[in-house]
Amino acid sequence: MTDKLSKDPAPTPSGSGSPATPYEAIKAVPVRHYGRWISAVVVVVLLGWLVYAFSQGNIIWDTVWDKLFDSSIIDGLWNTIIISVASMALGLVLGIVFAVMRLSKNPVTGAVAWLYIWFFRGTPVYVQLLVWFNLSLIFEYINLGPIYKNETVDVMTPFMVALLGLGLNEGAYMAEIVRAGIQSVDEGQTEAAHALGMSQTKTMRRIVLPQAMRVIVPPTGNEFINMLKTSSLVSAVQYTELLRASSNIGSTSSAVMEMLFVASIWYLALTSVFSVGQYYLERRFARGSLRSLPPTPWQRVKTNLTTFKRSPEATR
Amino acid sequence: MTGQLMVKAEGVHKSYGPAHILRGIDLEVRSGEVFCLVGPSGSGKSTFLRCINHLERIDGGRLSVDGELVGYRQKGDKLYELKDSEVAAQRRDIGMVFQRFNLFPHMTALANVMEAPVQVKGESKAVARERAERLLDRVGLGDKMGNYPSQLSGGQQQRVAIARALAMEPKLMLFDEPTSALDPELVGDVLDVMRDLAESGMTMIVVTHEMGFAREVGDSLVFMDGGVVVESGHPREVLGNPQHDRTKAFLSKVL
Repeated sequence: MTDKLSKDPAPTPSGSGSPATPYEAIKAVPVRHYGRWISAVVVVVLLGWLVYAFSQGNIIWDTVWDKLFDSSIIDGLWNTIIISVASMALGLVLGIVFAVMRLSKNPVTGAVAWLYIWFFRGTPVYVQLLVWFNLSLIFEYINLGPIYKNETVDVMTPFMVALLGLGLNEGAYMAEIVRAGIQSVDEGQTEAAHALGMSQTKTMRRIVLPQAMRVIVPPTGNEFINMLKTSSLVSAVQYTELLRASSNIGSTSSAVMEMLFVASIWYLALTSVFSVGQYYLERRFARGSLRSLPPTPWQRVKTNLTTFKRSPEATR
Repeated sequence: MTGQLMVKAEGVHKSYGPAHILRGIDLEVRSGEVFCLVGPSGSGKSTFLRCINHLERIDGGRLSVDGELVGYRQKGDKLYELKDSEVAAQRRDIGMVFQRFNLFPHMTALANVMEAPVQVKGESKAVARERAERLLDRVGLGDKMGNYPSQLSGGQQQRVAIARALAMEPKLMLFDEPTSALDPELVGDVLDVMRDLAESGMTMIVVTHEMGFAREVGDSLVFMDGGVVVESGHPREVLGNPQHDRTKAFLSKVL
């Protein structure tokens, strides 16, 4: 009993360690899956036709590779990453605040949170971006009393418009995700923390939220990948992100399609990289909920390599 | 053996909407005593236990721990509800062990035991760690400190939960059916730890169906049914020679 449970040698199901009785393997004619062969051929032909069509289309592929690392494209790519990360961060903070407000016993904060979610989830993000963009039409000054006063046009830079538009919209979605996560944590956890004398805030921060993360992280990863793509909308409010940088070149050099491909390649690269990040994040928050964590792809490769080496020993 | 008054209940009432769960509980628990609460399910014994550390609010009567009203402050003849922070301060001195363990699954056994002293008392990690290791050793889990709750058996989890409650150095320990969710094989380990704790002089209130434990370790026993105390006395008297019909009927089924 001094060893870990998982390391204890498992008793063999048969009980005795005697070698299995030899038996004659069945020799039978396998079923032919003709349908599988036909569908595979059809799919490959269609795919080949699609590739052929694009290779024959009036596309200058060299332009795509030339412009892929153009400095203005890279600037646009950076801006896409910056606005996505910043908006997601704002959305996450707002999401936690509004989720807690919505779950609080105070009916006023609960109603306000409900109203926020209702409005920002119920109107298109494109409309919200345009509203922030045109804010100066109705408020000439942003006046916070003695603290701050400035002309709205000066405050509402393209970055601010994009951040507020995307961030506030994201906050509404995140609030619902965080709320679901908090509600998924067993009530006994809160009771145990309270019984130990922990305050409401400490219980939320130390006990409930870390466990809620396991439920919150996967949909948040999806939200972030959505955000990377939705950020292309902010090209409409003069923020030069990846799509706008690409179409700027496209319209001056009449390489419209080529530049859209450039943007697509970068969007695919971004979403792929962040999907991998999401995998490791989920793994981290699964600690304690599984008896043993599943191996990462890298660990799987390593075990495969080592078991290959050991295989003669293992099959002895 | 028995010292000053630790818990005093006078006419405690509790309702959930129309359901009247506690219908006037009067009892006294003395310091250093092992006080057993037994009775059929729905008799209100767990609810009463949860009132003692204010996880439930009482609706009528008076309930005090160590001379202090639970959840209220009395000024003149007026009662004032305590703030959340004051309730939390009262709970620090009362440990609780739950039927379903309620360990924090995202922390190791050691971190579970260290959590409250560090977060609530502001103790340094080194001091808390030293005590946590000692407590886990005491409950026989010195070799499981780095394990997460999901890697422990039910009996081991419950012993970690006891160590976690003890880490706050409480003056009173509440046990809410601590062995009811365990495989019969694992009950003994948990009862051993509780017996050891009783011998060290801890004041304990134990809601249990383990009549053997109650008889052997208990100093007082109360039989509850329908939200009232039916019979009370020394465990050997109540269990061996019940006076009330309801008690006799219940004991004939569980003994």
